[in-house]
Amino acid sequence: MKRVVITGQGTINALGRDVAETLDAMREGRCGIGPLDIRDVDRLAIRIGGQVHGYDPEANFNRQQIALYDRFTQFTLIAAREAIAQSGLSFAGDLAARSGVILGTAGGGMQTSDENYRSVYEEGKNRVHPFVVPKLMNNAACSHVSMSYNLKGPSFTVATACASSNHAMGQAFHMIRGGGATVIVTGGSESMLCFGGVKAWEGLRVMSRDACRPFSANRNGMVQGEGAAIFVFEEYDHARARGAEILAEVIGFAMTSDAADIVMPSKQGAARAIAGAVRDAGVPFESVGYINAHGTGTAANDKTECAAVADVFGAHADRLMISSTKSMHGHIIGGTGAVELLACIMALRDGVIAPTVGYEEPDPECALDVVPNTAREAEVDVVLSNAFAFGGLNAVLALRRVV
Amino acid sequence: MDVKQRVIRIIAEQAVMDETEVTPDKTLADLGIDSLGLVESIFAIEEEFDIQVPFNANKPEDSEFDISSVAAIVAAVETLVAQQPG
Repeated sequence: MKRVVITGQGTINALGRDVAETLDAMREGRCGIGPLDIRDVDRLAIRIGGQVHGYDPEANFNRQQIALYDRFTQFTLIAAREAIAQSGLSFAGDLAARSGVILGTAGGGMQTSDENYRSVYEEGKNRVHPFVVPKLMNNAACSHVSMSYNLKGPSFTVATACASSNHAMGQAFHMIRGGGATVIVTGGSESMLCFGGVKAWEGLRVMSRDACRPFSANRNGMVQGEGAAIFVFEEYDHARARGAEILAEVIGFAMTSDAADIVMPSKQGAARAIAGAVRDAGVPFESVGYINAHGTGTAANDKTECAAVADVFGAHADRLMISSTKSMHGHIIGGTGAVELLACIMALRDGVIAPTVGYEEPDPECALDVVPNTAREAEVDVVLSNAFAFGGLNAVLALRRVV
Repeated sequence: MDVKQRVIRIIAEQAVMDETEVTPDKTLADLGIDSLGLVESIFAIEEEFDIQVPFNANKPEDSEFDISSVAAIVAAVETLVAQQPG
């Protein structure tokens, strides 16, 4: 089996316009959640989110591109540009044919759907822009990355709600490990902060009106964010041969299905995915130093996740660190695992563990070291990234520091 | 139909039971209504009475809206309906 390493990373989210800004915010424990600035916000009960404020599409794309790129695609392309530039790769000939794009998103071009439903239903228009379909389709971002960088190998989009990015990156890992590709541009994107997107979440009554406080006893729900993170996954020998800087190695992946409930999480399903990723990585459970939690800030997720971690790691659960960066960038739904992988790589490379901010009261049901409020310096060798989606679809990645 | 009967009708429909079985002392657990069923019932109540029910599924016990029994829910809805302007 081939080894798989990460040689590029890029992002845009509420914490920053690139990786450096985002990691600075995570180190400082800065919260990117604030008042939403979207149309008809006065008709929403939930008025906060991890929004990318002051974003100007025209600073990044020309008129023709903007006509074809939903906001989730724009975010993807901005993050992909940074990641591919860092990798130093350019794709031609055989390498192009052996390189692909595997991305996660839950809602796809939801801004486009929202705007155009508004136009035909609310404004009564009988004509829509000709590019509505190619703009809103879930694979639009994947296809535009493929076209922009001449990536001609295996390319597709994965939708598993809040685990979409982790499932996508897991497929990228498998694809390279199994010899099906040399490079996969992977990660995920979401831009659901529009009236319809927030209203739909509001209906479920799991959203907080004031803050995302994962693992805190006074937590009262999740807060949505938006953004993208993209990574270059590359076959190890290929990366070594060209002298690429290796950010981290992807060493394990596992996915499970709870087969139980459409919204309530399951401890067993989560635990099987966590344990599966560690076993797939072939490392001792005691080697895991940090877990980037799913940590949504809902009552149900956080206690279930902590119980699953305690079950899997036993006494070691009290020695490892687990934090939820959703407290800072919000829940980026289908893109969240990708943005959170940035924190995992920071832990491995820089020895900085991103904190769980907004933490106020210990919860006996979440009695792990959740790195409250302040980032911590710690050397870790193996980290995990958890994602547990609505519908009971779980995906956990394992990464290792490469020395 | 009074508020009580309209609330009971909504709960009975959610529980897939006869309205006569939905007695005031019953809890939602007694009626087999889970968290998803509860959120759906609250939505139906809001639509029926055109009210906003203050309820966060993360902290049902802390919500101003008492869901501890059928009688409690009826009383809470009656209060909200009485607070309606006009």
